[in-house]
Amino acid sequence: MTYRIVHYINQFYAGIGGEEKADHKPELREGFVGPGMQIEKLFNGEGKVVGTVICGDGYYGEHTDQARTECLEMIKGLQPDILFAGPAFNAGRYGFACGDIAATVGEELNIPTVTAMYPENPGVELYSKKTFIAITSDSARGMAKAIPTMVGIGTKLLKGDKMGPARLEGYIHRGIRKSFFHEKSGAERAVEMLLAKLKGESFRTEYEMPVFNKIPPAAPVKDLKTATIALVSSGGIVPKGNPDHIRVSSAESFGSYDISELKNMTPENYESIHGGYDREWANVDPDVVLPLDVMRELEAEGVIGKIHPIFYTTTGTGTAVANSEKFGQEIGEELKKAGVDAAILTST
Amino acid sequence: MRLELHKIHITGLAFADKTYTSGGTLFINKDEAEALIAEDKRFAKVKLDLACPGESTRIIPVKDVIEPRVKIGKNFYFPGFFAPMEKAGEGGTLVLDGAAVVTCGPIVAFQEGFIDMSGPGAPYTPFSQTRNVVLYVEPADNLEKHLYEAALREAGLKLAVYLAKCCAENEWKADEVQVFEKGNSFEETQKYPDLPKIVYVCMNITQGLLHDTYLYANDLKPALPTLLHPNEVLDGAMVSGNCVSACDKNTTWHHLHNPIVQALYARHGKEINFMGMIPTQESTVMDGKLRAAAMNLSIAQQLGADGAIISEEGYGNPDTDLCLNARFFENAGIKSVLVSDESSGTDGASQSLADATPELDAFISTGNVNEMIEVPAMEKVIGCKEAISLLSGGAEESLRSDGSMFVELQSVIASTAEIGFNKLGCEWI
Repeated sequence: MTYRIVHYINQFYAGIGGEEKADHKPELREGFVGPGMQIEKLFNGEGKVVGTVICGDGYYGEHTDQARTECLEMIKGLQPDILFAGPAFNAGRYGFACGDIAATVGEELNIPTVTAMYPENPGVELYSKKTFIAITSDSARGMAKAIPTMVGIGTKLLKGDKMGPARLEGYIHRGIRKSFFHEKSGAERAVEMLLAKLKGESFRTEYEMPVFNKIPPAAPVKDLKTATIALVSSGGIVPKGNPDHIRVSSAESFGSYDISELKNMTPENYESIHGGYDREWANVDPDVVLPLDVMRELEAEGVIGKIHPIFYTTTGTGTAVANSEKFGQEIGEELKKAGVDAAILTST
Repeated sequence: MRLELHKIHITGLAFADKTYTSGGTLFINKDEAEALIAEDKRFAKVKLDLACPGESTRIIPVKDVIEPRVKIGKNFYFPGFFAPMEKAGEGGTLVLDGAAVVTCGPIVAFQEGFIDMSGPGAPYTPFSQTRNVVLYVEPADNLEKHLYEAALREAGLKLAVYLAKCCAENEWKADEVQVFEKGNSFEETQKYPDLPKIVYVCMNITQGLLHDTYLYANDLKPALPTLLHPNEVLDGAMVSGNCVSACDKNTTWHHLHNPIVQALYARHGKEINFMGMIPTQESTVMDGKLRAAAMNLSIAQQLGADGAIISEEGYGNPDTDLCLNARFFENAGIKSVLVSDESSGTDGASQSLADATPELDAFISTGNVNEMIEVPAMEKVIGCKEAISLLSGGAEESLRSDGSMFVELQSVIASTAEIGFNKLGCEWI
């Protein structure tokens, strides 16, 4: 089979002109124009550039909605199997246009799309998660290297071949971690990395340290005696039988339960389903994880105003940070709406 | 100190009327072996089964894996468990290389795992490649969890020692002798004055009765970091007693084979001067974490260490121990490389660690514990296939009616072993 390839380029690479022609409106030409020749050649008879869509960078940037719609219609009409856009190197507006049309075509036509940019091109940040962006140098001098990388990635996508790690395939990663089998064991790689580090040679860490969001703490409670305090826990305390099926680890949900009538947590009404600690004692007395008993005493003594009638709970083992952030934001929002003054967060 | 591992390569398993080896096959007297384990009244049922590479067999839930071994001429192993309390790491050890005892039974806690002997799940665990003598037990009625854990831990060790002991008592011949020899730190430093001095810090989950590791049969939780000669590690000083998430628990088999110890040993006297292993704790409280990290550093400094490899066990709060170790070592001028797995979510899009520090600039990844894998039904299941719903990495919907499963990698035993045994590691895509 011969793959139907469509190529998107700007007015400059189409030979129409430079900045003075940047307002060039979308135009469709049959076959390849400019760098498309090399794309078709590298497909070795397995693919044909059936059309090239050309648009001025200024036009795409200033009339984005219109340009996008017009280009999409042209591309759609060609019934392509794949779209290539660029390479855009470090040209900001061209990068934006390539990323935007690639992302749009991928989403609307559900076909693979590949573009190419210099890592600092502003198009990268906007579109790296929505298309494959091959890494290029900062100028057209890198054309000879960029096209084979784009075609390599495109061919794999077309054939459904296994895509390797971004750094080996030559594209800008999409922020996703995936496990691969290396040639050497972790222990061997660790010793080799240590030897390189000791010699002052360069080495590649396999995970760059993430930067955590620092959340400023809320202002202190003004008067505890009138404050409403909520209980929130990642310790896996749920009503017996886990009615909402919160997962024992890697939680993807949290539960909220009414404790307004409850003085105390007992093995008859509550249990721990947490998959990351020895739950033996928590199941004898769930109060050791969610301290309702002592909070009721403080409430009775008037030390605190009252306990919020709803408590929130999930399991905090193997739970993705992204989910934890989402739970925190949602729980925080609900507590705020309910007029809660403070919360006690218990972890395990 | 000189340790000789006399290895008989085991390539087959069979039940027979006596326990011995011949022609690479480990023959097992099933009745005798079962009766030995059934002596322990904490078990209501004991059953032995066999599982070999390539078979359509799933073993679930698995708690620990142990290599059958005994000291030559003494016929015991694991000091403090099934050997008198004495120093490990010297003399000859008979190893049934390629054979493994796998302990299995109704789950102790949530964090046991499974082994597939073939299919897409097999490449993730080293135990799809070993000839497994599976010890399936059921605990006596109302046996308290911690007693059950101890019973199952001891039963696995006992069976492993029994198998090797019977082989030692019959005719045997080693297919291979592996020698580990290294003098004390002063001698080695005199011999290799110009080689960088390296320590290995082996972090162990030590967080309570079901999350413990044993050193010379001593619970490491209330203990302090110490220093071992690498031979001690490779000769039964360390035993797993934990139910931490299946993917990244260091089984007893892993301690015996500690790949970081072996990789450093292989370069000793050539590129490095390997000073030894510091087994250390992962406490549940901050002071415990700080204490362990401070004492790890102190031991390394007193040895004059130039570099360190530090491996984690588990994920979540132990990430803080990992970061503290990295920070303390780097700030003291000891170059360090850290080995850990990642919890980046089922979609791989979440950040991978529960803690971070800029000093941790040399990270070896052993895979994403949350990654989803699909495994088909197996013709034979040893244990209880429904257990997946209770395991970390499994859920109620994991087991489908056709027997296939869609699960997180963390439910496969030792799939992301942070001791660096496997070749798996995360990359950006």
